Amino acid sequence: MVEPLLRVTNASKIYPGGIQALRGANIIIERGEFVCLIGASGCGKSTLLRMIAGFEQATEGEVVMRGRPVTGPGPDRGMVFQDYGLFPWLTVRGNIAFGPAEKGKKKAEVARIAERFISMMGLQRFADVYPHQLSGGMKQRVAIARVLANDAHLALMDEPFGALDAMTRERLQDELLAIWRATELSVVFVTHSLEEAIFLADRVVVMSPGPGRIVAEEHIELERPRDVSSPEFNAIRRRLAALLHADHVKEAA
Amino acid sequence: MSEAESLSGEVGEDGAGLRRADPVTLTLGAKRLDLSRIAGEVFRNRRLRACLVPLVLLALWWVGTRSNPDGLIPPPDAVGVALWDLAFGGINDDAFSQMLLTDLIASASRVYGAFLLAAAIALPLGMLIGRLRVVRELLEPTFQLLRPVPVTAWLPLSMIIFGLGPRSAFFLVALGAFYPILVNTVFAVRSVEPRLFEAAQMLGVSPARMFPKVVLPASLPGMFTGLRVGLGFAWVVIVVGEMTGVQTGLGAMIMDARQLSRTEIVISGMAVIGLAGFLSDLAIQMIGRRLLAWSPLHG
Repeated sequence: MVEPLLRVTNASKIYPGGIQALRGANIIIERGEFVCLIGASGCGKSTLLRMIAGFEQATEGEVVMRGRPVTGPGPDRGMVFQDYGLFPWLTVRGNIAFGPAEKGKKKAEVARIAERFISMMGLQRFADVYPHQLSGGMKQRVAIARVLANDAHLALMDEPFGALDAMTRERLQDELLAIWRATELSVVFVTHSLEEAIFLADRVVVMSPGPGRIVAEEHIELERPRDVSSPEFNAIRRRLAALLHADHVKEAA
Repeated sequence: MSEAESLSGEVGEDGAGLRRADPVTLTLGAKRLDLSRIAGEVFRNRRLRACLVPLVLLALWWVGTRSNPDGLIPPPDAVGVALWDLAFGGINDDAFSQMLLTDLIASASRVYGAFLLAAAIALPLGMLIGRLRVVRELLEPTFQLLRPVPVTAWLPLSMIIFGLGPRSAFFLVALGAFYPILVNTVFAVRSVEPRLFEAAQMLGVSPARMFPKVVLPASLPGMFTGLRVGLGFAWVVIVVGEMTGVQTGLGAMIMDARQLSRTEIVISGMAVIGLAGFLSDLAIQMIGRRLLAWSPLHG
């Protein structure tokens, strides 16, 4: 069997004080796959993502990236934060060139890479502008370009479009899919919007709180571009909503 | 800029409203002055608006002192004459005449020299205290104890340690500038957004390079605020610093004039210090705006 891009085996996270954020999570991400993690707050989806990123260590179980255990953050796993995390003292170009420059690449090479991703994300007009002068959608484009320019194999996205208005969110979803298809990128995308998850993902992983755990997985076989108003889309939405909802009912009982 | 424009626009509208509703006029002989129209025009101009309060204070000073020109507080015109004589001479031709430039240069060189010395120590020390727990635990309590002691209280001890004269003055001014720079630097270095460390980590920045790549640039605006406040303080304490028996300087001039009851020269000295500190602050703000264009606080 070929080793998958990422394998999380029986991962648990207990914070000091005894709060269990995640229990026995198993997940495999194949090369080129687009996986969405969905669930109510407290279901451990962000904890799982941050464990894959290496920002947090599993108290039990392990995270293995391309055959090697994850012990900390690394440039093979690029993170896109909901609050962008751009360096305010660098221009758009500087932010995108940051990773390649840090790897010690030659100046001309760094400039070439930056230019490539500036135009891929349609940021040409904003290349020399500082982050505080940009809209939320533009900032998130820069954050995505920064991860792509760093040659990450796996993009980890923590509710990246959660703070954006609906129109910008839809445009960025389309742009993200186009980039994902044009590159060999794999994506783990955390969201609390079922529609967003079904629209984007090859596979939706449903998580549940108390303690946080994975309760179901669903492969989305719909042709892209997907029509969010089609009966097939809605059938999947109803099925997953029931899974998400089952837990609330159980808790209330 | 746009903020200032919209502000003046708002006030302009207010002025116009006032003019329509309630024309206040003043009749001077044959001429009638529409006061509200003049007031509106003054208000609309940003520069004139800044001059309004000083002019009112000057007028109050003049009204309060003109009936008694030989009182303890001289009227503004007497101070004006004293200032002219300080700068160019030719009126009193005494020990103070034509000394202004010499004194100003002496004070300014002390202020900037002591400020640079304070910055050279406080900036690296602040970064160490902010970043290294051992250094913080070692030094912070001591600084917290020493910080409330005013520069004035250090004066006698400083004169014993550094002797009478310029070295003592230099020490006191540097001390005044030191704490604002230190405190702001420690705060700036400690309050770097944790998200920026995560972003740098995932882009491959090693722990050793975190300081130059993230901490330093992220805390520049805070450090700069410290430098600005520190330079302001250096001008504040220059008079105290020059109470240490130095021969030249604006503080020395004020102290000499005070002993001779030349209050018009004391006030001239105050005005010059105020103006010098003001221009010095404008200059440092301009530098900040150029260097920190990326920061919404400074750009």
